[in-house]
Amino acid sequence: MSTALKKISAAVAALTVVGAAGAALAAGADLGQTTKEATNWTAIAMFAAFVGLTLWITKWAASQTKSASDFYTAGGGITGFQNGLAIAGDYMSAASFLGISGLVFASGFDGLIFSIGWLVGWPVITFLMAERLRNLGKYTFADVASYRFAQTPLRTFAATGTLVVVAFYLIAQMVGAGQLIKVLFGLEYIYAVALVGVIMMLYVLFGGMTATTWVQIIKAVMLLSGATFMAVMVLLQFGFSPEALFAKAVEVHAKKDAIMSPGALINDPVSAISVGMALMFGTAGLPHILMRFFTVPNAKEARKSVAWATTWIGYFYILTFIIGFGAVVMLIQDPAAYYVNGEIAKGLKGGGNMAAVHLANAVGGNIFLGFISAVAFATILAVVAGLTLSGASAVSHDLYASVWRHGNADSATELRVSKITTIILGIVAVLLGIIFEKQNVAFMVMLAFSVACSANFPVLFMSVLWKDCTTKGAVAGGTVGLILSVVLTIVSPGVWEAALGNPKGSAMFPYASPALFSMTAAFAVIWLVSLMDRSAQAQKERELFPDQLVRSETGVGASGASGH
Amino acid sequence: MAQETYERIRSNPKFQEFVSKRNSYSIVMSILMIIAYYGYILLIAFNKPFLATKLSAGAVTSVGIPMGVGVILFTIILTWIYVRRANTEFDTEAEQIISEAQK
Repeated sequence: MSTALKKISAAVAALTVVGAAGAALAAGADLGQTTKEATNWTAIAMFAAFVGLTLWITKWAASQTKSASDFYTAGGGITGFQNGLAIAGDYMSAASFLGISGLVFASGFDGLIFSIGWLVGWPVITFLMAERLRNLGKYTFADVASYRFAQTPLRTFAATGTLVVVAFYLIAQMVGAGQLIKVLFGLEYIYAVALVGVIMMLYVLFGGMTATTWVQIIKAVMLLSGATFMAVMVLLQFGFSPEALFAKAVEVHAKKDAIMSPGALINDPVSAISVGMALMFGTAGLPHILMRFFTVPNAKEARKSVAWATTWIGYFYILTFIIGFGAVVMLIQDPAAYYVNGEIAKGLKGGGNMAAVHLANAVGGNIFLGFISAVAFATILAVVAGLTLSGASAVSHDLYASVWRHGNADSATELRVSKITTIILGIVAVLLGIIFEKQNVAFMVMLAFSVACSANFPVLFMSVLWKDCTTKGAVAGGTVGLILSVVLTIVSPGVWEAALGNPKGSAMFPYASPALFSMTAAFAVIWLVSLMDRSAQAQKERELFPDQLVRSETGVGASGASGH
Repeated sequence: MAQETYERIRSNPKFQEFVSKRNSYSIVMSILMIIAYYGYILLIAFNKPFLATKLSAGAVTSVGIPMGVGVILFTIILTWIYVRRANTEFDTEAEQIISEAQK
């Protein structure tokens, strides 16, 4: 078989798997391979303006960033509303904007199902975690998880969990940036990877959390206003009647009325539940999101942050649904401009994920197209900065200051270590982007969520809420969750067959996500090992629980609570 | 000093009452969210035709679309309901417990 044929058959096999096993849920938020388009100077100029503005803010932030506390948490001085926007910024990635609107464009209803999954983790964080994190933590989620435990094993585990999640997430973002720059700006892949690496390092190195937060806020406002404009322009044409919009879409869409009903996205309930768990509880285990709870002054603001974040993210998903349908009805009116060779059957120029980008051109012309392209790229930049900062703090605060120096490192040295780590992570991110250029990285974000929900979340949850939890139990259970989630993902159809090219049906694990099994296993092992742990250390840890409870529930003695 | 405060808060029966009240509220809210989400997902897995039913005769919009948007709005509203109660009622009670302990 020729290579081209092999590729096509691999793609077909991947698609079949996606349809059959609900793996589309896991793979949908990916940009895939793109082709290089003509250089778009408007988009490049808009992006340059964004970078200029954010670097100017970074310069201001640098003057505010003196201590380790400023670097990790912006000194705890961010308000709930600002932090909510920043969290939303962390979460609304380019892949979710372009991927979900692209999915709506292709299948209608299924895009809605997909986006709901990404939203439902937020209330769970609000109800169970937000204020306890704020009350117990200082800089990283390991502070919370290790509050009454042996520092060395727990922080080593938490830092590992953080770095693994950050690495998988980074790969997806860097490759996405490279693919996006080809189609949006018409520049080479490698420019994107280098550009993201360098600018991100400037933000984090000089401006720390203050700069990273403001970059997220600016990006979130740009993305929300751009998407709002597009949705309003679409609805305007239909007298703000969704029914009229849907009626027109059904009339022109190749799948006709099928876009109004659930398609192939969920056929297998086990996969659906498992993916749902990964999204719901994974969100509560993402280190760069958890870190945001330490940037606000108290529990009240921490709760407000999540409520605002949930509001903006939910609003954003409703917009992407309208945008997807808008693309269905509007792009077809000018096939020559938006479809390959002007033929609708050949699909959109630049691939199915370009629906929102083309719609920007259709409703706002070339200037607005430039704006949306710049926003999409800026989105990746901001997310990468947040990821790097959380990775750097895990290394400097957990591994260096707590494990290696046993808590005896001074703030200045710790700050220096985190800056060195930032540079190393920046270089690693660029290298990962280059290594994975030609790879199918669709599963990486889902893998990050699986690890977050199977390793980080159970440890965090049990250490805060279960009085009998011990160091041994937490580390054993977390490790089992971490290993199981990675291994089961690798042998699942989405990776084993679609990404690694093994024959169809050879995957040992049949479901789209390991979460149902790996997260359950992590909880079970934490529970079992903790109960069997009869050591003196375990006894001491259990005795510390009542005091921890007082602090986690009331905020007495919480870090930074008195300073503001 | 901190240790004493912890001690006093722990032995205050109001604290135990406060914790169990708020925890059961959090759990009820979480269960509501889980029912809404998994209910929707399982409906998709087991009863697609129902979701594809049209809102009214002659309409194009299917039942599943307002339901899906409803899950999104439910998520947002539920979060705000919790936050509102926690930021007023619960925080006031917590502050009271703390100030009683610091007397």
